[in-house]
Amino acid sequence: MNKPPSADWTRIANDPAFLELKRARRRFTIPATIFFLVYYTALPVLVGFFPEIMKKPVLGKVNAAYLFALSQFIMTWALCGIYVRIARRWDKMNAALLARLAPDSITTSH
Amino acid sequence: MFLTLAFIKPALGLFLGFVALTLVITWFSARKAKGSAAYFAAGRSITGWQNGLAVAGDYMSAASFLGISGIICLKGYDGFMYSVGFLVAYLTVLFLVAEPLRNAGKYTMADLLAYRLSPRPVRAMASLSTLTVSTFYMIAQMVGAGGIIKVLIGVEFVPAVIGVGALMLVYVVFGGMLATTWVQIIKAILLMAGAFILSWLVLSRHDYSLTTFFNHVAAADYAGTKPPINLLDPGLAYGTTAKNPWGAVDFLSLALGLVLGTAGLPHILVRFYTVPDAKTARVSVVWATAIIGVFYILTTFFGFGAATLLKITDIPLDAAGKPDGNMVAPILAQVLGGEWFFAFISAVAFATILAVVAGLTMSASTSFAHDFFTNVIHHGKEHRPGEEVRVARITAFVVGAVSIFLAIQLRSLNVAFLVGLAFAVAASANLPVILFSIFWKRFNTTGAVAGLAVGLGSSILLIILSPSIMDPSGAAFIKAAPIFPLKNPGIVSIPLGFLAAWIGTLIGARDPHAESKFDELNVRATTGLGAEKASSH
Repeated sequence: MNKPPSADWTRIANDPAFLELKRARRRFTIPATIFFLVYYTALPVLVGFFPEIMKKPVLGKVNAAYLFALSQFIMTWALCGIYVRIARRWDKMNAALLARLAPDSITTSH
Repeated sequence: MFLTLAFIKPALGLFLGFVALTLVITWFSARKAKGSAAYFAAGRSITGWQNGLAVAGDYMSAASFLGISGIICLKGYDGFMYSVGFLVAYLTVLFLVAEPLRNAGKYTMADLLAYRLSPRPVRAMASLSTLTVSTFYMIAQMVGAGGIIKVLIGVEFVPAVIGVGALMLVYVVFGGMLATTWVQIIKAILLMAGAFILSWLVLSRHDYSLTTFFNHVAAADYAGTKPPINLLDPGLAYGTTAKNPWGAVDFLSLALGLVLGTAGLPHILVRFYTVPDAKTARVSVVWATAIIGVFYILTTFFGFGAATLLKITDIPLDAAGKPDGNMVAPILAQVLGGEWFFAFISAVAFATILAVVAGLTMSASTSFAHDFFTNVIHHGKEHRPGEEVRVARITAFVVGAVSIFLAIQLRSLNVAFLVGLAFAVAASANLPVILFSIFWKRFNTTGAVAGLAVGLGSSILLIILSPSIMDPSGAAFIKAAPIFPLKNPGIVSIPLGFLAAWIGTLIGARDPHAESKFDELNVRATTGLGAEKASSH
């Protein structure tokens, strides 16, 4: 296991490339987390407090409540897919960062 | 009566087949389970799709399969909320927890917390929280298992619970995480196969037409034995009524506990230590999300569908004399697929319980051995090689014995609230400290201990004061009017957990050591630099 001396952690933590990686991750995860929590919480709120609206049939006998619940599955898979695609970019940024700042660690992994 | 001896024999045969297969796996795993990383983390050698299946197998408990199909069949839409919440929860795991945890930890959730905080108080509290969540979760599974096995293969409750406990101990004690992983993988495959076949059979009774299916669900009449009701309409369990004015709030509270609890469940978190790196942890969450999502969508068919195909009298009664929702899936299998399919679904239910209790015992004993014994009592040093693994094995016996004992004592209890308690504690105690520890530089030991203690204490207290425990009619433990009106404490206890962690941090002195180590944790968690590597075989 590679443990750079403690000074190195601070050097990496303040490196512009590291800060850019953190910013890139945050640019996605913060809005995405807020989005899915709001979208998800809307379900019990609408169903619990406005049941009459949610009981309205939309597709044949299928009501708004069930369709909204079903959309949560699609929302989850879609966000997973987007995350994985974007995370590939972070992996590249990370690999470049490590190659420059901690070259020893690269040779030992994989 | 449906459950004659003729139905019992194939079920027993399939049970024994599954047991034999898993024992062979345990025997092979035992030869590899040498050393701490091999025993606690399967040598960090599990691949992405394997871990995805294992996470699914670890997660989809008896509560998921038997409980959800039952509650949807009897209460309709409100039961489907579990299916939604259990899945969406994985976004919390994926976005916020899985990768930093894998990068910066070793065997347990507490590794991440102890990184820059005072290890001993933090680990002691985190270990207590882990043991609480795991034990409550496990009692729920075991009480469920005992009841089901009694009906399915005719073994009495007490020997059934002891049998399940003993078998689970064999996997955990001899095979460690590797055996547990493979039991979970096989169980996930069996469960998905069972869910697909059951759904297909249900659809076949509705002319393979989704329109016909939903038309029948919208006027579900339990095969003509009850007046038709629209099960797609919300509110049958949590509707706001004169009798239950807090219904909608309780429903919201349940939903919050589900979506935030998963990312704090110790037995799920430890699974991310079994893969070689954070990237694989990410891949495994995606696999798990795909598998779990398909499963929970299928609950539409065998949950709602059961209400169109089963007579209400087909469903055996529980101890309180109400139709026992846990029996819906096996009975549906029997009605639609006959004796062998009933046996198959029963064996799947059995495998489900075994895989989950093995995962729970594994995480509880790992936490005790690694967090409490090695790091709290022995200040982070192993006195003798192999000591940590030995302690974990002994702990597994104790956890198993305690759970068996409690399950037998609490056998007549409605188990749903134990699972609810586990999720509430996980969301209120574990999640706030995990998130603050990763994302907040100022976070200190006082904050972590306060967050864990208040999250744990408030969720347990609110459950004790809730209608699950206090009931004026005497149907629950305490014969009195409930002091707290909600069955699900999350809406109060989760904010309390976050608040306590925040206030605790502000009250506690600034900790220069913790803040200076934040750079290290930050770099480790983000880049994977210095992360634990897979052991080569």
